[in-house]
Amino acid sequence: MKFAIQINEGPYQHQASDSAYLFTKTALEKGHEVFRVFFYHDGVGNSTRLTTPPQDDRHIVNRWAALAEKYDLDMVVCVAAAQRRGIADDGEAERNGKDATNIHPRFRISGLGQLIEAAVQADRLMVFGD
Amino acid sequence: MSQTKKLMYLNRRAPYGTIYAWESLEVVLIGAAFEQDVSLAFVDDGVYQIIKGQDTGGIDMKNFSPTYSALGDYEVTKLYVEKESLEERGLSLDNLMHLTWEDEDEDWAEKDSIVLVSRAELAQLMDEQDVVFSF
Repeated sequence: MKFAIQINEGPYQHQASDSAYLFTKTALEKGHEVFRVFFYHDGVGNSTRLTTPPQDDRHIVNRWAALAEKYDLDMVVCVAAAQRRGIADDGEAERNGKDATNIHPRFRISGLGQLIEAAVQADRLMVFGD
Repeated sequence: MSQTKKLMYLNRRAPYGTIYAWESLEVVLIGAAFEQDVSLAFVDDGVYQIIKGQDTGGIDMKNFSPTYSALGDYEVTKLYVEKESLEERGLSLDNLMHLTWEDEDEDWAEKDSIVLVSRAELAQLMDEQDVVFSF
């Protein structure tokens, strides 16, 4: 089956990103396809490389990045949601006159059209959040 | 992307306490360009999103409720409102904005966008969807 994944909540505060990660990892291990992982609302907070959890805890951002590396996952962060919450890549930082970026290089910032496209292309859209 | 799917945006939360309602609307507006079979549903506190006479002057937040009136222009014409959710909150259709769209097949006749449905009918509608975006 071809899945699209939507994550609506930030890391650590909420289980959504953990559940989505475990679901995505298991689906891929079982040979399913994941068309795209889309981060929306506070879910965009899952993409900052500045995340520094205690050493004995899981690193949610790096864990997503490693999974994406292994399976060539497309991980998209919504641009409008990211701008509101201070998530920036080089392009966004330059466009909006910011002095820094914080996105992990394994994620990319793009528009909401990417969510619609994923929902249409996939057999199932899985939404993780409240 | 030539496929047409049935997409429903399920709105479950009050409009200003959290950002879900507004960011749901942003998806709807962007998604309109994809020419899918789109509907919106309002359940639970989500019915407050389309209540009339919204005034956010006291809370320093943007009143985005006028955007719902523009949905008809985006060819988003099916807004299902769950009757039980209204009743449980002491509300009726009269408390909601009058949202309409113009039917070009009938000489641009103005039609109501809001359709009151029972909980059971909405469950049936949800079951018919290919995709449910839940906000």
